[in-house]
Amino acid sequence: MLYALKIAGRYLTASKAQTALLVVGVAVGVFIFIFMSALIGGLAEFILSRTVGDISHITIEAEIDEPAVLISPSDLDGGHVLFVTERGRVRTATLSDAATWLPLIEAVPSVRAVSPQITGAGFLTRGGQVSQVSVTGLEPGQESAILDLEGYMVEGTERLGAGLIVLGSKLADDLALSLGQTLRLQSSNGATATLTLSGIFDTGNGGMDGARTFVSLGAARTLFAMPQGVTQIEIKLDDLNAADATALRISALTGLDAVPWTDGAEQLMEALNAQAQTGYFLKTFALITIVIGVASALLLSTYRRRPEIGIMRAMGASRGFVVFVFVTQGAMIGLMGGVTGAALGYLALLPFPSRDAFKAGTLPLDITQGSYGLAIALTLIGAILASILPARSAARVDPVTAIGQ
Amino acid sequence: MTISQSALLEVSDLVKTFGTGDVATRVLRGLSLSLAKGEMAALLGPSGSGKSTLLTILGTLMKPTSGNYNMLGQDLIAAGDKELTTFRNLHIGFVFQFHNLLPDFTALENVIFPTAVRFGRETPAARDRGRDLLVRMGLEERINFPSANLSGGQKQRVAVARALMNGPELVLADEPTGNLDRASAARVMELIGQINREEGTTFLISTHDEKIAGLCRRQIVVGEGVVTG
Repeated sequence: MLYALKIAGRYLTASKAQTALLVVGVAVGVFIFIFMSALIGGLAEFILSRTVGDISHITIEAEIDEPAVLISPSDLDGGHVLFVTERGRVRTATLSDAATWLPLIEAVPSVRAVSPQITGAGFLTRGGQVSQVSVTGLEPGQESAILDLEGYMVEGTERLGAGLIVLGSKLADDLALSLGQTLRLQSSNGATATLTLSGIFDTGNGGMDGARTFVSLGAARTLFAMPQGVTQIEIKLDDLNAADATALRISALTGLDAVPWTDGAEQLMEALNAQAQTGYFLKTFALITIVIGVASALLLSTYRRRPEIGIMRAMGASRGFVVFVFVTQGAMIGLMGGVTGAALGYLALLPFPSRDAFKAGTLPLDITQGSYGLAIALTLIGAILASILPARSAARVDPVTAIGQ
Repeated sequence: MTISQSALLEVSDLVKTFGTGDVATRVLRGLSLSLAKGEMAALLGPSGSGKSTLLTILGTLMKPTSGNYNMLGQDLIAAGDKELTTFRNLHIGFVFQFHNLLPDFTALENVIFPTAVRFGRETPAARDRGRDLLVRMGLEERINFPSANLSGGQKQRVAVARALMNGPELVLADEPTGNLDRASAARVMELIGQINREEGTTFLISTHDEKIAGLCRRQIVVGEGVVTG
């Protein structure tokens, strides 16, 4: 069918302006497809990085033991209850064997970082001012393993060490704090530590900036009277979409209750799905536009070339040959338009920052999510399908009528 | 001079009716005809007599309403579209009044079309034969010219070369000189006569021109849908 290919190519080059216009039309459709893919994908990436990027993708928390029941209901028969245990106001569950699990968890594929933590509540005092805070003890050197603390620092350093504390900008403003000042932190257990403010961060999240403090894991052990173990292990993954599967794997491996970030994030997932659906609709419309454009242009072409089709048939060209000529034309238009649109889409997306450097106020266009290959393949398939109707119509041309025109 | 007197084709009792009911028009009314191999015949008759319809049926581009048509021992009435397409490609050449070349192709590409479409590609042998035919038609200077840039007479000579490309036994020509000036018409007819004499190709030429008909050894007159003379 090389000859049919040659004729298809000749027909396209014979009407250069019309072919160029058609290719540009297809390219615009492909450009829209790619732009929408990059925008929808980038937007999802942006939303996820803003909402989930700074949180743990999988969290292992110690289960709080219920207080031991000292008497059973059967003991009550005929007797008197003299003493019951009441749940304490402050109870801290402990993952006492954390040190054993950490190397195992770190070895799980797609795990990027593991952060053992001691968390609790406390009161931060400076002079006569007191503020309730949440305290997180982190391993020195792993301050940015989960939350990108380093990236959010506005003053000082995120590096934690003995006697140092890092806190949010709002809290610093509320207490009129500045770097190097000495503060007193009293834990909910009643233990007190005197700490020096070494860094101030600003995440843009008021709740976090106004109440969150970070100290070293050692300081947290002292504050919360926890000489060994941790209260939770936070895990960051390379691919946050793998959280469910990885959590199951970690649970199976350690026997601990590993909770993925998707638990309790149903609304976010629904919103992202809705956004993705919108993207599919827009991309489908772009493809339909391409198909209609190619089909109508080829229909016009077959109508214009009816006498030639009649001559070909009279000279012994089969109906299949005629179909092949016009389907090949459609495929060529689809391929040229697809590649041109994909190239234009790629070039148009180049100036935008990469997914790792998305900033608020700019379009989060992710050049890596342009679906270039898919766009070209779908356009090619769409153009071939679009050309079948005109091609079949061409093959049905009556040579006698056509030659007589 | 007739090269062979054995029959190339035979049609009998051909009837062709266009339309149905009150608007039905019977163009052929039981026409019978036989052409021998190597004949050069003129098809004469007034407009509407059924000449073009007969040529179209003989060219297997249309089937009659009823009747028989045998060529080279094949029953072409019973044949399907695929068989007829192949038969046409191998055994029948066409020359139309308005040349009907493919305008986006060169003279040579037009000439070799019937062979290229048969083999699915332009073979070197086909190119050689195409060039030879164009040289024979006096178009050696126009071989790679876009057909759209040729004069009317040149286009018609390219059309004759194309009709001969696959070495058909029968060439059907519908008013081949009807759109040409006297000199060009004479040149085309001279070439047709030469091919007929040298290769024994059968020509059936539909014409209104008595002079053109006079160049043919046989005149077939059609009137009212039957052969009248």
